[in-house]
Amino acid sequence: MDPKTYKFDTLSLHAGYQPDKNSGARQVPIYQTTSYLFDDVDHAAALFNLERGGHIYSRISNPTVSVLEERVAALEGGTAAIATSSGMAAIFLAIMTLCESGDHIVASSQVYGGTANLLRLTLPKFGIKTTFVKPRDTQGFKKAIQENTKCIFGELLGNPGNELMNMPEVADIAHDAGIPLIIDSTYQTPYLCKPFDFGADIVVHSLTKWMAGHGSSMAGIIVEGGKFNWMQNDKFPSLTKEYEGYHGLSFAEEFGPVAFTMKARAEGMRDFGPCLSPQNAWNVMQGIETLSVRMEKHCANAEKMVEFLLGNESVAWVSHPSAPDHPDYELAKKILPKGRGSMIAFGIKGGKEAGTTFINNVKLASHLANVGDTRTLVIHPASATHSQMDEETLKFAGLSQDMIRLSVGIEDIEDIKNDFEDGFRAAKKLKLVVNK
Amino acid sequence: MKFQVNNEEVFASTGGRPFDTNKPLIIFIHGSGLTHMCWVLQTRYFAFHGYSVLALDLPGHGLSGGKSLTSIEDMADWINDVIDSVGYKEASLVGHSQGCLVAMECTSRYSNKIKTLSLMGGAGAIPMNPELLSLAENSDAKAVDLMMDFAHGPSGHFGGHPVPGLYHLNTGSMLVQSKEIKDTLGVDFRACENYTNGYEAAKKLDLPTLSILADKDRMCRLKDGQKLADYIKGSEVHIIQNCGHMMLLEEADQTLAILKKFILEKYPNN
Repeated sequence: MDPKTYKFDTLSLHAGYQPDKNSGARQVPIYQTTSYLFDDVDHAAALFNLERGGHIYSRISNPTVSVLEERVAALEGGTAAIATSSGMAAIFLAIMTLCESGDHIVASSQVYGGTANLLRLTLPKFGIKTTFVKPRDTQGFKKAIQENTKCIFGELLGNPGNELMNMPEVADIAHDAGIPLIIDSTYQTPYLCKPFDFGADIVVHSLTKWMAGHGSSMAGIIVEGGKFNWMQNDKFPSLTKEYEGYHGLSFAEEFGPVAFTMKARAEGMRDFGPCLSPQNAWNVMQGIETLSVRMEKHCANAEKMVEFLLGNESVAWVSHPSAPDHPDYELAKKILPKGRGSMIAFGIKGGKEAGTTFINNVKLASHLANVGDTRTLVIHPASATHSQMDEETLKFAGLSQDMIRLSVGIEDIEDIKNDFEDGFRAAKKLKLVVNK
Repeated sequence: MKFQVNNEEVFASTGGRPFDTNKPLIIFIHGSGLTHMCWVLQTRYFAFHGYSVLALDLPGHGLSGGKSLTSIEDMADWINDVIDSVGYKEASLVGHSQGCLVAMECTSRYSNKIKTLSLMGGAGAIPMNPELLSLAENSDAKAVDLMMDFAHGPSGHFGGHPVPGLYHLNTGSMLVQSKEIKDTLGVDFRACENYTNGYEAAKKLDLPTLSILADKDRMCRLKDGQKLADYIKGSEVHIIQNCGHMMLLEEADQTLAILKKFILEKYPNN
């Protein structure tokens, strides 16, 4: 006897929505509205008191956005989700739901440049400080935890260096300290890895990337795993104690496995307002419908590109967990059995100048500040996404001046290789000129 | 709130309002392996509209202490003890699934205290599938997956939770897994399997009784719910269409509307 609950590919298409009873619309309708009629005064009061579910105002929730939220929660194996206007909004909302002034975060040093700036420069303005630890330094996470630490934050595969955090061990460290592990799983998507299966408690995504795939719409999401016991200690009073904003409600007592999401929505969306537009939610769902087939092609192309780069004389080094010499090769096989993702970091011989020449001479690959598009993308992180970092911080974050970040698309692999050959040829010519 | 019953700490949600013994009491009793949280879309209404509410965590479940009670009869006596412990002489009971068995048995034993009875997804007996029972008693997570499958109708499986962003199956799964499966779900399933007095208890009932049933219920089938209602004198029956066993979440608004009408009429708060 086995459960007949729907599987991943089915949930990608159907979770969160049944055809609209009034119109029969098969596709999810775009509810382009700010607000929703109350039946009467009692109905309005019931919605505001959280006596019943429903929508009040689209800053807090929207029926189209809710379908996306349920869909991603279903795909991740989470209890609940809350969509945001971008991935950065998701990270900010997740942290502000947990932390108060005087609190502390332990974070992986290898994270997206925007995230690094938020943790390093912006959150201290709110009285929240961060200690950074290299992603492979598992015991370093333990040592960095302080009395006021409220979470460990990391990207499973660090951006851009592709260092893999040992998520199960770091989760144990977090749980021993009575704090949750937040994983930014943008690079993986739930198709490649469900972080809740490896001990994570909260997952954030930039849906703008692989989940949507088309590179047309900004969106983010927070997903709650539902296992973390907020009441095990007194570290999270805003979740466990009576909350003045809702008549003395205790989110943890009342909502248990969805307490975090309920607080993020009731307080965070209400007060900060980083809501996702229904149009963008709908656009993202168009991408999610084909997530598994796209991710298979992304990963297959990435592995072929790794092989190509490893054999190319212009390339100094390649970092991708599918390469047998990658330090995290074995761990990646365990955590990412379906594929190691489509982000590759590589160093070009000739350093920064060769790198910029390469980028200026590829034509198929797009030079832009995004990843996870269906199209192949390249960037030189030290001069773009991570340009606010000084040399020492760059080094600590695992970056080098010769590094090129490649997001492998789903074009024909031969076309991508040919394009790169052109780029390498141009970079090599530059080197010859310099040598003369 | 937390209080003591038989020297064990008990947790009950009061629906977001302070517990006030001057108001009539409604007690909500959850189903196998679950907790007070499954009632969140019913309890808060009554708490904000003139009632005192206790959505209990049965012993050993959720935030309550102690060990799970091993028989429906013991649970029924325990509900009576709860009423005494909070200083009430009477209460209205609302049960879901296994909670219906407990509420019925309690009412048949303490008929002078119970003023109305509301049964959701109930039946006179809940015999367990042997494989499911064995999985639960061995703390196999597959028991929870099977339960979530059986307990939800089409809307539960597809989604469309009344609270924006929540996903039925995984939320239910986490509620059940908040404690060791064999200590809660396993014990509860065995208690249901062993309980044979449901129809006898139902025959004794002589109070306003409401049965809310669902046409797609695969845990306590509609025909079994109707059979039970036939045993209860004057039972009021409502059938929710296209809904599974977890009607209190899958069709929370419909369930609340039916419950509101019944309780406000039969157990008014003035």
